[in-house]
Amino acid sequence: MSTPIETDVAIIGAGPIGLFAVFELGLLDLKCHLVDILDRPGGQCTELYPEKPIYDIPGLPIVTGQELTNRLLEQVKPFSPTFHFGEMAAGLERLADGRWKLKTDADTEIVAPVIVVAAGGGSFVPKRPPVPGIEAFENKGDGVGVHYAVRKMESFRGKNILIAGGGDSALDWTINLAPLAKSLTLVHHRDGFRAAQHSVNQMRELEKSGKVKFHVASVKAIHGDENGALNAVTLAGADKKEWLHEIDAFLPFFGLTIKLGPIAEFGLNLHENLIPVDTARFESSTPGIFAIGDINTYTGKLKLILSGFHEAALMAQAAFHICKPNEKLRFQYTTSSSSLQKKLGVNA
Amino acid sequence: MKIVATDRIGKEHIVEGRDGWSVMEILRDAGLPIAAECGGACACATCHVYVTDGWYEKLTPPSDAEIDMLDMALAVEPTSRLSCQIVCADELDGIKVTVAPE
Repeated sequence: MSTPIETDVAIIGAGPIGLFAVFELGLLDLKCHLVDILDRPGGQCTELYPEKPIYDIPGLPIVTGQELTNRLLEQVKPFSPTFHFGEMAAGLERLADGRWKLKTDADTEIVAPVIVVAAGGGSFVPKRPPVPGIEAFENKGDGVGVHYAVRKMESFRGKNILIAGGGDSALDWTINLAPLAKSLTLVHHRDGFRAAQHSVNQMRELEKSGKVKFHVASVKAIHGDENGALNAVTLAGADKKEWLHEIDAFLPFFGLTIKLGPIAEFGLNLHENLIPVDTARFESSTPGIFAIGDINTYTGKLKLILSGFHEAALMAQAAFHICKPNEKLRFQYTTSSSSLQKKLGVNA
Repeated sequence: MKIVATDRIGKEHIVEGRDGWSVMEILRDAGLPIAAECGGACACATCHVYVTDGWYEKLTPPSDAEIDMLDMALAVEPTSRLSCQIVCADELDGIKVTVAPE
């Protein structure tokens, strides 16, 4: 285990609100570490709608999710935040000195007096097909059972594989695993794919050569032996006819969905999966833990990016007093303060 | 117009539609379990419904963007639609939908 990182503020979520929090905290000389389960910044903006225009960001009449993220990254650059991407905030504990220790599923430990939950709707996690009992076949080891991602291709050599889905991931893994597999079957709800055309062409070639079997079908049931090892699924075709299909591994690729995840276990007061906060500090009922953006709730809450920006600014003022209890907060404007301008690396 | 919506436990709800609103917005505001994570941008497939009892055929066919998005939805059936893409109108009075599994 590595030694814990010590910082002023640990932010859960690197979406637009988490990023803007870095800016507001940075103006007050507070350093931030951000944790995000995704492998890049932007949260929903870049994961769900990177190319869709947003029209209600003050001062930006039209901006895409990706552009807004890029602008925010540029804005926070002077404060050199540290990002921990591809890591899920997994646990939170209070230390004897009153600070918090945030642990990730990659065993990163961040110790800070202030935690800011800017997690939107929670963590992006793979969609789990609604097949009864599927959970029992997850995490059963390399190459067997149910996998939502491929980490070691080699572990699927010589296996009977079933892939479900019609997007790029489903087709890419069909193409990559077909040469290794004993057999590979792809199922999708229609005879068409949203994936890149060259991938579709490659898959059709593999189908023609017999390396891949494709069915318009869906998985209805999953079956294991007495030791809990996966051995077959029941497939249902477009005509509702069902048949048993023997497999070693099942790889569903239906993209990501948002689940609250381990935040639910942090011991915070929750209301319908949201964190109630006061509207002066945006602090949860647990002192030192703040919640901003879509994850919080209060009377009059609107789930808008601009509301999250406001929440970040007020949160930062309160966080300052926790991080620097003996210092006086000097409220300044970036337009007139030479010390703020110095922090931002600009010369007025 | 009325929307007849069946939730995930099979309970039927009759909710009043509003001209020009999406069926997703109506169901969400009526408290049905519609996540609508992307807020109606046809970008997440969490407002997936089955349009039943012959109503599917009466709808404007799905756009390419919706067909693409349905490819990432779970438990897709021939009458699957994203409810954020169905706009309430008088001719849809009585439309029947069932909220798809999560």
